[in-house]
Amino acid sequence: MSIRINREKCTGCGKCIEVCPGTLLFKEVEGSKAFIKYPKECWGCTSCLKECKFEAISYYLGADIGGNGSIMHVTEEGNELHWHITDAGGNKKIISIDRTKANSY
Amino acid sequence: MDKKTIQTDVLIIGGGTAGCYAAITLAEQSDKEVLIAEKADIKRSGCLAAGVNALNAYIVSGNTPEDYLEYVKKDAEGLIREDLVLTMSERLNKVTKHLEEMGLVILKNKDGEYVTRGNRNIKINGENIKPILANQVYSYSNITVFNRVNIIDYIVADNQIIGAYGFHILKNTFYTIFAKTVICSTGGAAGIYKPNNPGLSRHKMWYPPFNTGAGYAMGIRSGAEMTTFEMRFIALRCKDTIAPTGTIAQGVSAPQINGAGELYDKQYGAPTTANRVYSTIEENKQGRGPCFLKTEGIGEKAEEELLKAYLNMAPAQTLKWLERGKGPNHENVEIEGTEPYIVGGHTASGYWVDTGRQTTIKGLYAAGDVAGGCPQKYVTGSLAEGEIAALSALRYIEETTFKTIYKEEQQEYERTGFEAVNKFLHHPEGIYTVFQLEEAMQKVMDEYAGGISGNYGYNQSRLVIAESRIRELRELALRLHAKDCYDLMKIYELLDRLLVAEAVIVHLEARKETRWHSFQENLDFQEKDEAYFLYINSIRKNERFEIIKRAFVGRGVVYEHTH
Repeated sequence: MSIRINREKCTGCGKCIEVCPGTLLFKEVEGSKAFIKYPKECWGCTSCLKECKFEAISYYLGADIGGNGSIMHVTEEGNELHWHITDAGGNKKIISIDRTKANSY
Repeated sequence: MDKKTIQTDVLIIGGGTAGCYAAITLAEQSDKEVLIAEKADIKRSGCLAAGVNALNAYIVSGNTPEDYLEYVKKDAEGLIREDLVLTMSERLNKVTKHLEEMGLVILKNKDGEYVTRGNRNIKINGENIKPILANQVYSYSNITVFNRVNIIDYIVADNQIIGAYGFHILKNTFYTIFAKTVICSTGGAAGIYKPNNPGLSRHKMWYPPFNTGAGYAMGIRSGAEMTTFEMRFIALRCKDTIAPTGTIAQGVSAPQINGAGELYDKQYGAPTTANRVYSTIEENKQGRGPCFLKTEGIGEKAEEELLKAYLNMAPAQTLKWLERGKGPNHENVEIEGTEPYIVGGHTASGYWVDTGRQTTIKGLYAAGDVAGGCPQKYVTGSLAEGEIAALSALRYIEETTFKTIYKEEQQEYERTGFEAVNKFLHHPEGIYTVFQLEEAMQKVMDEYAGGISGNYGYNQSRLVIAESRIRELRELALRLHAKDCYDLMKIYELLDRLLVAEAVIVHLEARKETRWHSFQENLDFQEKDEAYFLYINSIRKNERFEIIKRAFVGRGVVYEHTH
């Protein structure tokens, strides 16, 4: 289970590092970009994705558990969380969730 | 390494669900100084880091706490602490209301009542449940939070808690914390057994991989009495992603079917949590797998809602559906059993506590997954236990005359505590790493102590091998080298897991019957035996676990420790 951090988009703000429940995210030196030090230790909780305001962190399924090349990131807009999924062919899909509404199931 | 000494009234170890709520209770009810020490960051730590999509322990209209107790009892083949389950059940609705007041979204009908899912569940949006709890904690001035501080051992004098040792995992600071009372809420243990996906996705597990049994291990090392480690928890999950199945099974009423499309679970006794796993394992063993939740034809609307619901708690499953190009409406969801976890919130493993959640160490309380005897806590039960433990701890402070710890004595505690960790920094680098020894432990537990590869069954001959190898691995782990506090955390996580593994082996051996299929499948004694309608407890003395058998504790009694 793991995440990818886009070095172009990462501003080094450190928000993801603050929340990671496994203390797996680090910066090489102060002010540089975030990176995941132990990818195999990632639980896949997506806490870091939700913290990142720069769409720099995406989430993928390992090929060992059915991953087929898609990546997913999340953006926040008011009460809504937009989950952006891009498949291996570049097709995009967005699933939006209103945080003020409960799950139907 | 820097060394700091801290004094507080109440130390809470672990700022997850139970720990945060214990702190909130203390802050609302008193002006005591409360310190939460959390290995990660309370905003996203513990079981609820990814969120949760339902509250599974709630007393719906027309039901009573006694009904919840009856459900829990039936699911656990009768062997639970009724005093604990009842006192928890009585608080479930009150803590739910409180959660809603803090900001949790709960689905309501037009009359303003919570919408229920089955007899005990209510529907929520729990994606941000942890930030909600954390914000509440930060709103009180008498709570201090130490994030990224890993507590490793208690300080105990004459069987009374006086504090704990820990260190900041990034800043290389060693802490000696003196407290009047301590509440342990570290959660349970994952990563003891070889996981479902041992490669890149080895941490794609049901239970947080960062819950490494620290609370159990600290108790064991301090001589606390522990209970029911043989009742492991094995979850029935969506294959590969290890995402929950309850949302589908209950949400869209999807039954379990085998590879031939036949319903099978009713052929394996009562539909308990354990039997749902056991029946699936048996179908696979007999060549009738793979097994599925029958979701085909649930409709496009239901599929869309499931995609959303899983994003709120287990995003991997939603992504899996999208990756396959087929959602649950178009393809049944394959299911499998997980590796065994030790988790007192679902089964009954953990500290042997009195009705007020005090452990056998005076002044040390336990709440949530680390507390034994009280299964099916889920989120609200952990909050309820956090509250009970907090109120008991407050009473303890009021009623106890505390001995002064003089400067010299204090320095002696600081010195011995620091020496225990410092030795790892001075060990030479050896041939093994923490990860290698962890993998070895998981392989031993899988092959010899009832893991996935053996369909969860075990026998005496295998346990003897498991115990001996786990003890050898512990000797190797004690010689590991740490270059900093981060390494130290990883070493302690391994040592804690190894100690829990040994406890599990000893407990599995002591229960000479099969009480809970799959959870505790003793192949030497394959039937339930009423002579074992008792709790298997243990205390570690001189590096060995001693088994204590304790008689059933019923509802309505107030259980007190007798020593």
